[in-house]
Amino acid sequence: MDSRLTQFDELAGADGCTRAPYRKLSQWLASTPPELLASRREQAELLFRRIGITFAVYGAQEATERLIPFDILPRILARSEWAALEKGLIQRVAALNAFLADIYGAGDILKAGIVPADLVYRNPAYCPDMAGRRVPYDIFVHIAGVDIVRTDDQGFFVLEDNARTPSGVSYMLENREVMMRLFPELFALHRVAPIENYPDELLATLRSVAPPRANGDPTIVLMTPGQYNSAFYEHSFLADKLGVELVEGRDLFVRDDVVYMRTTEGPRRVDVIYRRIDDDFLDPLCFRPDSTLGVAGLMGAYHAGNVTLANAVGAGAADDKAMYTYMPEIIQFYLGEAPLLQNVPTFRCREAEALAYVLDRLDQLVVKEVNGSGGYGMLVGPHATKAQIEEFRAKLKAHPQNFIAQPTLALSTCPIALASGVAPRHVDLRPFVLQGANGARVVPGGLTRVAMTEKSLVVNSSQGGGTKDTWVIDDAWVDEEAMGQA
Amino acid sequence: MLSRTADNLYWLARYMERADFLARAIQASRRLAALPKAYGGDETEWESVLLSSGAALAFENSGRPVDESNVVGFLTLAPENPGSIRNCLEQARANARAVRTALTIEMWESINDAYLEMRALESRGVVPCAEELARFLELIKQTSLTYDGGAYRTMLRNDAYWFSRLGLFIERADNTARLLDVKYHVLLPEKEIVGGSLDYFQWSAILRAVSAHTAYHWVYRTSMKPWLVADLLILRPEMPRSLISCYESIVRNLDNLARAHGRQGASQRHARGVYGRLEKLTMESVFQGGLHEFVQSFIAENNRLGALISEQYLF
Repeated sequence: MDSRLTQFDELAGADGCTRAPYRKLSQWLASTPPELLASRREQAELLFRRIGITFAVYGAQEATERLIPFDILPRILARSEWAALEKGLIQRVAALNAFLADIYGAGDILKAGIVPADLVYRNPAYCPDMAGRRVPYDIFVHIAGVDIVRTDDQGFFVLEDNARTPSGVSYMLENREVMMRLFPELFALHRVAPIENYPDELLATLRSVAPPRANGDPTIVLMTPGQYNSAFYEHSFLADKLGVELVEGRDLFVRDDVVYMRTTEGPRRVDVIYRRIDDDFLDPLCFRPDSTLGVAGLMGAYHAGNVTLANAVGAGAADDKAMYTYMPEIIQFYLGEAPLLQNVPTFRCREAEALAYVLDRLDQLVVKEVNGSGGYGMLVGPHATKAQIEEFRAKLKAHPQNFIAQPTLALSTCPIALASGVAPRHVDLRPFVLQGANGARVVPGGLTRVAMTEKSLVVNSSQGGGTKDTWVIDDAWVDEEAMGQA
Repeated sequence: MLSRTADNLYWLARYMERADFLARAIQASRRLAALPKAYGGDETEWESVLLSSGAALAFENSGRPVDESNVVGFLTLAPENPGSIRNCLEQARANARAVRTALTIEMWESINDAYLEMRALESRGVVPCAEELARFLELIKQTSLTYDGGAYRTMLRNDAYWFSRLGLFIERADNTARLLDVKYHVLLPEKEIVGGSLDYFQWSAILRAVSAHTAYHWVYRTSMKPWLVADLLILRPEMPRSLISCYESIVRNLDNLARAHGRQGASQRHARGVYGRLEKLTMESVFQGGLHEFVQSFIAENNRLGALISEQYLF
């Protein structure tokens, strides 16, 4: 697990012989003229732009709406690989939920001395207002986007648990639609597990956690910060697929602890809010008083049990990078099981021994801010300049508790189609896990993010990362090979 | 539906209709201004386009002399003119984007395509030549056709559709009325018509601006008479841009809303009142009371309806 080790390519494998899930794709690529790939790339770009699948970039003046680069070659996982991953994801989200219910409730894990109490209570994402409160069915995290990487063909590592308002699922769905339009012949060669039921699964999840008074027919809305938010396209896309109103804070109001939306027929009661707006902006009476994005009184209605928020307020206390390091223990503590998915080995710089180790190896490690996201505020040691390393050294010494460090992983690569031909690039994977009162669901696949620049490890879309479709296919070759040997 | 969604749909439709009207008005004026002076072609035509599009004051503030290229540039692609076609399209798209869920793919794509093409034209950073502007005007007309056709063919018949139709017809009534207001002096009946009138080309320009040049002949089967042009634009129910036809549609869409919501309100009453008065009206009485005065009061009534709708539905 070091950049000096051999890179694992998901198509070529470690030994250079095409891995089974990629065999058909590989044959197809060998027999496909480059012009065809070029023309499909153009078509894809046209489709995305026409449909208006864009995202806004903060601070970028000219192109306020940008396309996320899309790569036309699918990333392929075998069903057997996926099955193991799925189990691990569900386990992980179950543990996250148990942990959140505990730290806002009895605090058993803190009493047991497994997670330091100050790390929880001083966490900026810990919401004191939620202390001592229960949420419907004790579910805090209804939708999680767990970032997964792999370094060989053995297992998967969790890089990050996104338990607040993870985004990207619209790209997962649109990527598939575009691929089906562009490459019917490839779908004919593979049996690709469908993901188009995600919106239905999400709806079922949201319905399952509605307050009892909704009597099985809750009014659900999706709350967005508005059309200047970077993920606005996704918000409107999902609201459309779910068949629910896309609301902004100004469309809602609270009277007597009940949330209503303003409609052309007068006020209408709201039962479940799938909110894509951060805790801090939800309610100016409770959080940031200067925010105009939220709804005054929303937290009152929430605490009165008249409305369910998904994800729950304060869920971010479980997903920051400091808490991440305790996930194996957290899983063991609540579920009594060994974690199915590994963490990336992580040094907690708050611990003196670890800090000393990290400071000695800044040029080899990736240092991340505990509360940073989007690939900002991080140091990639092997690719950093001397000045950047010294800057981080100073930061680390000043506030060691704000940082964690990890070895630079040799992230796996997948082939992408460039103007110059097919070449490998680093990828990660964000599957979306749904947890409702009636169970956990994961649609087979997720959003594969690609670092489009050669050798780059940064896959975040805000920094030029791209996406590709992710296929989970039947392991038909197992039978075929068995027959071949017979 | 959400009040904000209704509001966005209503304004989206208004901006699209306005852009279409501007494009037609500019094309008609170009044709007129290109005629020899003796046929009515002169620069004052550009002043009247500025007036009927409500951009006169903004243009004056720009300090530029009134001539074809300045006025056309100002009305089409000028970002500094809040009422330029460019800004209408941008506003329309912003509204459309905010209510993507209420639009069908066809409607969104027609707006987004036009917007992207406009951005491509702008991004070259050079002033477009006359031919490019002409193509741009065609694009706008084409877009409003595909947008409108998309709405008609693909939208569910529910309040989203009715609010968007309301926006369209209220804007259309306003545009027709403004055109009449600026041109009323050439439409008065007391003018002697001996042989060819110099105003002939003015009348035909008015008809072209509302794409009714051929329609006139089908309706009246006679040579161009100014009071008939006024009649066509005000009282002819079969003429889709006439004031009465707009109000017939407005009343129908408001009734659909009232039926769906189970209650009538001030906007239904007001719209029926305006429509009823138009139905009883004759051109004689219009000219007696003064065409100018009639149009002025109609514009005010129409604005009042806009305000009532927003009070009643948009909270």
